[in-house]
Amino acid sequence: MSSLQEMKIATDGQNRPKTPIYLDYQATTPTDPRVVDAMLPYFTTHFGNPHSRNHSYGWEAEKAVETARAQVASIIGADEKEIIFTSGATESNNLALKGVAHFYKGKKNHLITVVTEHKCVLDSCRHLELEGFEITYLPVQQNGLIDLEQLKAAIRPDTCIVSVMAVNNEIGVIQPLAEIGKICRERKVYFHTDAAQAVGKIPLNVDEMNIDLMSISGHKIYGPKGIGALYVRRKPRVRLEALIHGGGQERGMRSGTLATPLCVGLGEACAIAQREMGAEAERLMGLRDRFYKKIKEQLPEVYLNGDLDSRIPGNLNLSFAYVEGEGLMMGIKDLAVSSGSACTSASLEPSYVLRALGVEEELAHTSLRIGLGRFTTEQDVDYAVEHIVESVQRLRAMSPLWEMAQEGIDIKSIKWAEH
Amino acid sequence: MSNAIYMDANATTPPSAAALAALEAALRVTGNPSSVHGFGRAARGLVDRARAQVAQLVGAKAENVIFVAGGTEANNLALASRGARPLIVSGIEHESVLKPAQAVGARILRVQRNGQVDLDDLAAALREAGRPAFVSIMLANNETGVIQPVREAAGLVHASGGLLHCDASQAPGRTALDLSELGADLLTLSAHKMGGALGAGALVLKGDLAIAAMLIGGGQEKFRRAGTENVPAIAAFGAAAEEARTLAHAARMAALRERLEVQLAEFGIEVLGKDAPRLPNTACVAVAGKSSETLVMALDLAGYAVSAGSACSSGKVKPSHVALAMGCGEEIAKSAIRISLGWWNTEAEIDGLVTRLANIAGWKVHSLPDMQPAA
Repeated sequence: MSSLQEMKIATDGQNRPKTPIYLDYQATTPTDPRVVDAMLPYFTTHFGNPHSRNHSYGWEAEKAVETARAQVASIIGADEKEIIFTSGATESNNLALKGVAHFYKGKKNHLITVVTEHKCVLDSCRHLELEGFEITYLPVQQNGLIDLEQLKAAIRPDTCIVSVMAVNNEIGVIQPLAEIGKICRERKVYFHTDAAQAVGKIPLNVDEMNIDLMSISGHKIYGPKGIGALYVRRKPRVRLEALIHGGGQERGMRSGTLATPLCVGLGEACAIAQREMGAEAERLMGLRDRFYKKIKEQLPEVYLNGDLDSRIPGNLNLSFAYVEGEGLMMGIKDLAVSSGSACTSASLEPSYVLRALGVEEELAHTSLRIGLGRFTTEQDVDYAVEHIVESVQRLRAMSPLWEMAQEGIDIKSIKWAEH
Repeated sequence: MSNAIYMDANATTPPSAAALAALEAALRVTGNPSSVHGFGRAARGLVDRARAQVAQLVGAKAENVIFVAGGTEANNLALASRGARPLIVSGIEHESVLKPAQAVGARILRVQRNGQVDLDDLAAALREAGRPAFVSIMLANNETGVIQPVREAAGLVHASGGLLHCDASQAPGRTALDLSELGADLLTLSAHKMGGALGAGALVLKGDLAIAAMLIGGGQEKFRRAGTENVPAIAAFGAAAEEARTLAHAARMAALRERLEVQLAEFGIEVLGKDAPRLPNTACVAVAGKSSETLVMALDLAGYAVSAGSACSSGKVKPSHVALAMGCGEEIAKSAIRISLGWWNTEAEIDGLVTRLANIAGWKVHSLPDMQPAA
């Protein structure tokens, strides 16, 4: 029971929302019905291959792709010639890091990134390390933000590129992009940012922020899955080596037939986001504050992970002390939330992002990522809060640790007997 | 809006009705297949179902189907997984095989005049390599439709301990496709050439073969291809695969193509690869004295969408590398046009195309067999 239509029916004009409630907007977003409407004609009537140069089917498709390219460029203040379509943010991140590193190999062999980046950035960096590149992994402060002085100190004469995500996928914190961009431009190193979670949620401008490469995802911004983009600056020009070779599409940087309907969907998603970002952010901020306030009012020992102020409106990441993580998840089955990033949530490893903030293992295990978005209603929030509170209270009532904590015993001082 | 008659199926096909239904339904499903909650599991279910359908199309195990963004990525991924093996490819491969192959100085195989790869040259190349090689030969050529002797090639490649990759992008729904019968170790599929949707493709493995992932991070597709799955396009791919397996349209396409070629023969038009086994939907014809660019433009104005060679990024129409590799000569390579049919085409459309082609080429029309007034 997970279609968007059903979700809409579920929340329209009813006091109690139909469950389960989708609160995982950082894992993926529903494709906006307006986006679906824009895409469908390009699957049917205008189905041409946009690279067919000999007939009107091809030209129509190409025109639609170029309109979409301009829409994507517009939301980040770029020129449309600077937008490369890819299959998603994972490909964009792989292309940005490996592509730039390979192109400048030999002259510049050092890259800088952050320990809380998305897996695909970290894995690309590890892969480059195996090839002989040197990587500096910057730590984050307790609030999840990098220390700009540490960034400055890490930049070397052979540093090629700095990659810092715009918004973290687990804790929603916004890195100081303009400041990072300024430092990188001054020190003449490229600045790449994974903006999969940021586009359409916070204002971004590649010129004002001195961003040289930016990864964009379709399905995180109410567009379709299977499409993303990489912004590649032309002035000063960033060069990169392609990952996928063939027909030479996307100016040789990414071969393969462009999926016209998906490009159209990403373009439309960007256009909608650009129009509605302000009002949507305000609405989500209200919902998020309501969520957080109600939880804090009813439950002690709840900790917010990541900075509250430098954070996108649609994210909360909360740790509930003295409950058991799996038990909590089982207790709130009606709520589709995540206990870590979706890509790794099948494993029971505590989140590496939370550990990087210095969150203790027990608290990391009981963390919930609550993602609010375009189709979240006030009823959804109230229902979710009610169930989380009920579940946490029930689990704590059964917990000897909670009982001891209530009696003022410092749990950490206890020396447990060896078995 | 284009209302031209579409005869460029080898560039892309529209989704079939079943694929479109699967796609539309999946577009309205929210959920990341990696999420463990119900929304995620629903999306995962769609991907799993499609994986089984695609596996069944080619007689593979579901776990050996790696979903990627399309044929180009699948071909790149296959070649990247060759390890230290020397690379051998045919001269008529798609650019997504040819370009990466040329970049690493691969041995390029000769092609016979009938459009089939020269197996003697393959045997020679395998001997020259002196160690197990990685060979890539397509199942059916995208420009001529000529079906390649993949099974025989597999015999030679395996006898020398090598691996065979086969780009079968043009084959599903048009010719039988079985991984074991072909003997290929890796197989490329493209959804949008077989009635699926743009944005999905697959690399299918015959057995347990190590794949050198190009996109990493996230662990999807068993660490062989990272990135959130394109659920709607994959669901449509599955639906299209199920239909393609029946080859329901193949005989009708063959009849239409026959009707076309019989009429063109009246004008003494050369059909490239006519003596070789071909896909039932593809006719690559050379009209002497007319550049392919002029012809396709004139046909577009007359309401018929065909192509000159393959759809690629370059705005300039180059002489077909396939026709050149077949030894057709520059003149024919520059005048070859590809007519590739789909399940939507009709007899009246074929007859109409011949009439327009005759007008454009200035042929004297004496008597066209079974001519219907053009629709």
